[in-house]
Amino acid sequence: MTDGPRDLHLEARGLHKRFGGLQAATDLSMRAQQGEVHAVIGPNGAGKTTLVHMLSGFLRPDSGSIVFGGDDITGLSAPGRVQRGLARSFQITSVFREFTVLENVVLPIQARQGHSFRFWQSAMRDPGLTGPARALLEEVGLGDRAATRAGHLAHGEQRQLEIAIALATNPSFLLLDEPMAGMGPEENRALIDFLGALKKTHGMLLIEHDLDAVFALADRITVLVYGRVIASGRPDEIRRNREVRTAYLGEAHA
Amino acid sequence: MRSQLTPAHAVATLLIVLCATIPYLAPALDEPFYVIVFARIMIWAIAAISLNLIMGFGGMISFGHAVYLGIGGYAVGILGFHDVTSAWIQLPIAIGLCALVALVFGVICLRTRGIYFIMITLALAQMVFFLSVSAERYGSDDGLNILWRSEFGSGLIDLEDGVVMYYTIFAVLLGCLLLQWRMVVSRFGMVLRASQSNDTRVQAIGIPTYRYRLAAFVIAGVMCGLAGFLQANLERFVSPDMMNWHRSGELILMTVLGGTATLFGPLVGAVVFLLLSETLSTITIHWHLVFGPFLILVVLFARGGVMGLLGSRTTRD
Repeated sequence: MTDGPRDLHLEARGLHKRFGGLQAATDLSMRAQQGEVHAVIGPNGAGKTTLVHMLSGFLRPDSGSIVFGGDDITGLSAPGRVQRGLARSFQITSVFREFTVLENVVLPIQARQGHSFRFWQSAMRDPGLTGPARALLEEVGLGDRAATRAGHLAHGEQRQLEIAIALATNPSFLLLDEPMAGMGPEENRALIDFLGALKKTHGMLLIEHDLDAVFALADRITVLVYGRVIASGRPDEIRRNREVRTAYLGEAHA
Repeated sequence: MRSQLTPAHAVATLLIVLCATIPYLAPALDEPFYVIVFARIMIWAIAAISLNLIMGFGGMISFGHAVYLGIGGYAVGILGFHDVTSAWIQLPIAIGLCALVALVFGVICLRTRGIYFIMITLALAQMVFFLSVSAERYGSDDGLNILWRSEFGSGLIDLEDGVVMYYTIFAVLLGCLLLQWRMVVSRFGMVLRASQSNDTRVQAIGIPTYRYRLAAFVIAGVMCGLAGFLQANLERFVSPDMMNWHRSGELILMTVLGGTATLFGPLVGAVVFLLLSETLSTITIHWHLVFGPFLILVVLFARGGVMGLLGSRTTRD
């Protein structure tokens, strides 16, 4: 469906979102380009995850629109967006814990092969599903863990699986919500390399607290504070930006 | 791959063999009463399997599932009352009605989760229950006698023959076990089980889960309606009691007792539940005082039910 790179960009236009008294997004606009890693950083509560929820279709913005590949997808459901090639991973690891690692990856592959109203044939004995699933697991380095229950994986491996599930939907664009959360420095470096390689074929929006990872990967950075974009630009521009330093980098790199 | 044999497999096999041979075993043991007991057990097992499909594998705890027993049963009762005894009319109407009701109820219930889902399924089922109570023409509370069992119009399936009746139930039970197994391992089952585990994630994979959950809800309703059809024929009687909320509760208990999300759990649960309540009630009229705490202990300490205790770990056992 979405094989190979296409010229797809993801754009938020004037998003507003309010939860009771909390303004989670105010006139939020940004544009993430195909073939780039676009990082979104900001202090806790800046509305980063809210942004991912809105882009992936799990939250409706109060106003504003979202454009993907030239089409307005604001009204499209979450599954509908994935079918168009816009996949996401979760900040809190959301693997299917009772499923094996292989089953975790078979499910998204089955999803991209069309509807699942097939009631008889065993999914796990279908080479059309398990073949691509095993290949993908090899690619992300979980090949020897295929038969393990996802709930029994180490934390770092679960984070890898989290990304593998998103990749298995065959997306052209990835929304990654803190993929490094809770990982050790060793695993961190491996994941940075892996995402760096993915950049050639996938557009990426990266939400991340680990600024070393952000500056290692990002081609463009948007800084959010209290649901507002306070700066957006190339990494060196962001580094130099005075407002960003006081609002965010100053705290972190004090 | 998973070829390890557990005691759970042995028990399941034993029960199937027992069900298959009871019509010959019971008279030989001079206990002919056991034929009707096992016929009832198998019908409850079919209903419990249907509940297990949505509750065990899909996480939809329906507290109104017995309503389909009632609908399936009343399809036989009411049509029979109007002298329509052909199974070829009764059966499609029972199935069609159950599917329609499950579809409508499902559309309403599946918008909710957790305790709200439980309460709404209960409320909707009670509506149908009170409808049957108020149907004076069809006996209200007193129920409706069925003079003639459903007629298939062929010499092969003559339900008036007790042995044929028994093996018809047995065949439907086997069919439901087989269907449950295939559905659980199929692509459909993958979606259903994953959505129980983490529905948000399944949607983030690109699968609109609602339609699959609704389909499972309808399939379970139809399967349970089949159990109602068989029950009405076996007992030659239908009454609102068939779809009382107690019955829905018992279905949940049986399934939990046997082991939810296991293939043979509902059958094992139905056997243990009915044999135990049968035995206990002959010992004391206060048998609920023993039975209730027993069920609580199983739920608290044997989370996988009987099948869990016997070593059944995967959903495929």
